[in-house]
Amino acid sequence: MSRYLTLSALAVLFLFPLVWSGYASLEDPSNYLEMARFGEGVGTYATNSVLVSAMTVAGTLVVSALGGYGFARFDFPGKNVLFLATLAILMVPYATILIPLYVLLGYLGLQNSLVGLSLVFVMFQLPFALFMMRNAFEALPRELEEAALVDGCGTFRAFSRILLHAVRPALVTVGLFAFLASWNDFFAPLILLNDGASFTLPVAVVSMTQRTFGAIDYGMLQAGVMVMAIPCLVLFIVLQRHYVRGFMSGALRG
Amino acid sequence: MTLTMTRSGRRAAHGAPAARWRSRKIQGWLYAAPTAVIVGVLFVAPLVLVVWMSLNRWPLLGGATFNAPDNYTKIADNPLFLDAVLFTLKYTAITTVLLSGVALGLALLVQERRPGIGFFRTAFFLPGAVGFAAAGLLFYGMLNNDFGPIDPMLRAVGLTTEPVKWIGTPSMALFSTIALVIWRFAGFNMLILLTGLQAIPTEVYEAARSDGAGRWQIFTRITLPLLRPTLALMLILSVTGSLLAFDQFFVFTNGGPDNSTVSMVMVVYRDAFFRFDLGGAAALSVVLLVALVGLNTLMMRRLR
Repeated sequence: MSRYLTLSALAVLFLFPLVWSGYASLEDPSNYLEMARFGEGVGTYATNSVLVSAMTVAGTLVVSALGGYGFARFDFPGKNVLFLATLAILMVPYATILIPLYVLLGYLGLQNSLVGLSLVFVMFQLPFALFMMRNAFEALPRELEEAALVDGCGTFRAFSRILLHAVRPALVTVGLFAFLASWNDFFAPLILLNDGASFTLPVAVVSMTQRTFGAIDYGMLQAGVMVMAIPCLVLFIVLQRHYVRGFMSGALRG
Repeated sequence: MTLTMTRSGRRAAHGAPAARWRSRKIQGWLYAAPTAVIVGVLFVAPLVLVVWMSLNRWPLLGGATFNAPDNYTKIADNPLFLDAVLFTLKYTAITTVLLSGVALGLALLVQERRPGIGFFRTAFFLPGAVGFAAAGLLFYGMLNNDFGPIDPMLRAVGLTTEPVKWIGTPSMALFSTIALVIWRFAGFNMLILLTGLQAIPTEVYEAARSDGAGRWQIFTRITLPLLRPTLALMLILSVTGSLLAFDQFFVFTNGGPDNSTVSMVMVVYRDAFFRFDLGGAAALSVVLLVALVGLNTLMMRRLR
């Protein structure tokens, strides 16, 4: 029983900030109206965030599903080098290659671009995603695709019609991680986007605290926190199982 | 692309072994091609570029000129960076110790499947689903003297009489930031440890118990040693993450008061975008990169 008392006290401690933030933002509903008018309007920033997350999730799923299948079922020269190079992304601290990425995206005409930002997110997601997808395809019985091949399907049709269906749980896990990372990330958009109209939510809401004129509107700030947090909280609660499986598979990244 | 793959796939299924091998090789390449492009263009190229930038005077706008090794030699004259190194190391040490302790405690509390335990696991992890920037802003409001609820609560129970300077003094700013980091990451680390705890077979515990081992003995003789690889992983992630701290200080303390909470990555950012010195920022990045890859390799070898 005393264990449950300790657990409950701790749960209150961990949940209190979230509950307070929700309460503080709703205490005066005009907080949300204020926020809707802030800067370019919260609608613009939310749209940017949705676009970036959608492109990141889609890009990560396509690249890692194709790559995972290639690595699981085919032998080709350079396979090991490419796999190790991809995993090496985990070894290199994220913050240290954002400055050259800023310059490089400039060369590619993708500076201050939501597409460029999404591509960078896809790259950061790739080690985890590729590892997950390769393992998922390796775990499928070979008979599954051999049957399809004998029926006259090409490997791509076997892949897209049958195998992709069979690795759906892994795709959900990869997509969830890609969404949380791209929706929440602050540092990459801060560096790679430099025009207010292209800011994503985290950069825009943080800029509410850095206004030179007038006092900080704390109620509006908590409304911004809620707009950022609620999609993640809902998705996490709904897809918790898939999140935990990502952990169990041993591929971790903070 | 679909068409060529379908055609060569058919050949793979029915053709002669040599042709089949060649065709499967090409198909493998095609499947891996998007990965290769992303890794090549957005990872390998920037790695090369950061080294090249660090050897040049590289202003934010305008052309670059070769000036090696100036960007490296001037690091020694950058007092802000040297202070940031010391501060970041201190922050990393304190955070890692406290975070590991809290995470281990939580993991042990929710380790066994009991009624309702899923709720507590979710409750402890939930802050981890919130973005770090959002979490920083949440604490920024929650600890504000006029707007936040914490000061009135402390006053109501008689713990304080004056407004608390949560981010107003260097040591309080560090303390508050660490509280934020523990709130945001304890559940994440708890989850890592849970995967390790659940890999320990229950028979081991039963055998120890039937040999008359007490709770403490079981913890120190069985749980801790068997948890070592997982603890090591958690330590490596926590040390690396803390050494690269940026969001928490940028959002929550903005490096203040008086630059007392400026982390290493924050100096890189300021050099690049406030002093417009991309070459200098690149040199700092290279130093950080080499140090962290070295440290990671060392820790993996020593701890695992």
